[in-house]
Amino acid sequence: MVKHYDLIVVGAGPAGLSAAIKAAECGMQVIVFDENHRPGGQLFKQIHKFFGSKEHKAKIRGIRIGEELLAEAEKAGVEVSLDSIVLGLFNLKGVSVMRNDQIEHFRGDNVIIATGASENVIPFEGWTLPGVIGAGAAQTMMNLHGVMPGKRILMVGSGNVGLVVSFQLLQAGCEVAAVIDAAPRIGGYGVHAAKVARTGVPFLLSHTVVKAEGTDHVTGVVIAQVDDHFRPIPGTEKHFDVDIICMAVGLSPMSQLTRMAGCKMVDNGGAVPEINEYGETSIPGIFVAGDVAGIEEASSAMITGRIAALGAARRGGFLQEEDFQTQYRQCLDSLNQLRQGMFCKLNKGRRDITETDEGYPLSMSLLTKGYMTEEELAAIPTVDSHDCGIHPVIECTQNIPCNPCQEACRFGCISVGENITRLPGVVPGSKCTGCGMCVANCPGQAIFLVNENYEEGFAAVTLPYEFLPVPQKGDQGMALDRSGKPVCDAEVISVKTSKSFDHTMLLTMKIPAEFAGKARFYKPEKEGK
Amino acid sequence: MKEYLDRTMDIGPYVPEPDDDLIICRCEEITRGEIRKAIHEGMFTMTEVKRYLRTGMGLCQGQTCGRLVKQILEQELSKRITPEAENTARAPMRPIPMSTYGKEVE
Repeated sequence: MVKHYDLIVVGAGPAGLSAAIKAAECGMQVIVFDENHRPGGQLFKQIHKFFGSKEHKAKIRGIRIGEELLAEAEKAGVEVSLDSIVLGLFNLKGVSVMRNDQIEHFRGDNVIIATGASENVIPFEGWTLPGVIGAGAAQTMMNLHGVMPGKRILMVGSGNVGLVVSFQLLQAGCEVAAVIDAAPRIGGYGVHAAKVARTGVPFLLSHTVVKAEGTDHVTGVVIAQVDDHFRPIPGTEKHFDVDIICMAVGLSPMSQLTRMAGCKMVDNGGAVPEINEYGETSIPGIFVAGDVAGIEEASSAMITGRIAALGAARRGGFLQEEDFQTQYRQCLDSLNQLRQGMFCKLNKGRRDITETDEGYPLSMSLLTKGYMTEEELAAIPTVDSHDCGIHPVIECTQNIPCNPCQEACRFGCISVGENITRLPGVVPGSKCTGCGMCVANCPGQAIFLVNENYEEGFAAVTLPYEFLPVPQKGDQGMALDRSGKPVCDAEVISVKTSKSFDHTMLLTMKIPAEFAGKARFYKPEKEGK
Repeated sequence: MKEYLDRTMDIGPYVPEPDDDLIICRCEEITRGEIRKAIHEGMFTMTEVKRYLRTGMGLCQGQTCGRLVKQILEQELSKRITPEAENTARAPMRPIPMSTYGKEVE
């Protein structure tokens, strides 16, 4: 017997769940299939705070967004069928599903494919050895199962996935030997790179893996510098003792179902279905949402999911044209906000961007080493207001779509403006109270509170801290600079936690005043060098 | 598609390369050299390479190697592989036990 639904969604990740919720709210009878045992797709592995603005759920951790979506789905009456493997999508929108060791057949008036993406790999000598893993696997081990992938890791790939997972590996207690990338520039956000660099992890750009060493598992890795054609240059080899080589070298859309159904495919860095502005493929009633249509972030996947659902609801007569247009416009505005800035799709791979939208010089050190020099920071007036007493130093110097800092300050000290890719700056004449809400809420951990005149000869620097064990007041340790190099002794003078900080601690350290512009991380001394 | 399948296209002889012994398709244990040889023996599309060598026919169904095989094809043929020349997507999308395949819900 074929079971019938108004809408069948394949994939219960951010795109699929958002689509299902929106469609159910429009009155459609919806079922979502997912092959995994848990819904949420990759969201439950994302323990970091998201970028964007409030409507994009910025500053909320991915895992929490997943929980919110599940609660909304339940409230909207969405049927989520887990451990359900979709085997095929056929003519007339027939969907075959394997669940409970049986094959079941469904038919949807509309189908939304939200199957996401799979990880790319690069092959090298020894890449089939245990210990060579994808960044997704590392996240699954750490964030779902509480298992450390290894002791010492080489991260291959400096896109946002590579940077975020490197930081999570550090949080889990692993050592990250280096982050390497064949490209000459760091691919992900500077703020993500900076929080990895300040713990002391080196970045090696224009480098690739030559071979993994070991007989039955990885015991080391050899990397080398590459030429303009990405070929290793003999004589530039470097060796690292590592037990894990983690690959974060891009994602490919999982578009097989659309191909199987006969949707027209186009070449867009891989085969993806050709779609209209509502995510509808060449087959009326078959829509796609999220990474299937081209790789983006989870935040945009949630919106493209909603847009596809609106398209399906209109097609099925569940939404009047006028309502459709209003809601579609809202979604599109929200999506366009995220599709701006120097890292957006349009600017992908561009090497000619040398200035911010504001006309400030981009930090080349940030793009190649993961941290900014003091000279570069001084060239950007939004970074430091140089107010007397405690004040924020906002080391956010690339145009990325994000503005929680503006909302975080109840005293209106920080402004991003209408366009969320503008650089945040301190509002002239405003008075910082030192509450630290900006420090805790910045998803890029790029804001610090600095008080150059804390005590005679001493400054206080407050930084976001997400590591265990929790440092205690009075602890003596080291202050590290932006590159992770120890610069001076530091005394912890307070460690603040609060529900509104959402697990980001505010660590304030006392350091000699001359290091106020340098010290950006705290390392407990007993760990040694 | 027609232009792509020009069988008279001269891609030169197979010349061994140092990394030919790299495994590309992990599930079926097929090396880069085997794939390059197959191309020089006339397998010009993803589907032909698949049928000749079984690349992408193992447990992961080409999830890992698909892109790599495509890159090797593009390199050897000096041509971009168009969506039409990719593997055919067929049900079942995932490996399933025969006992399950024969058990349809009434």
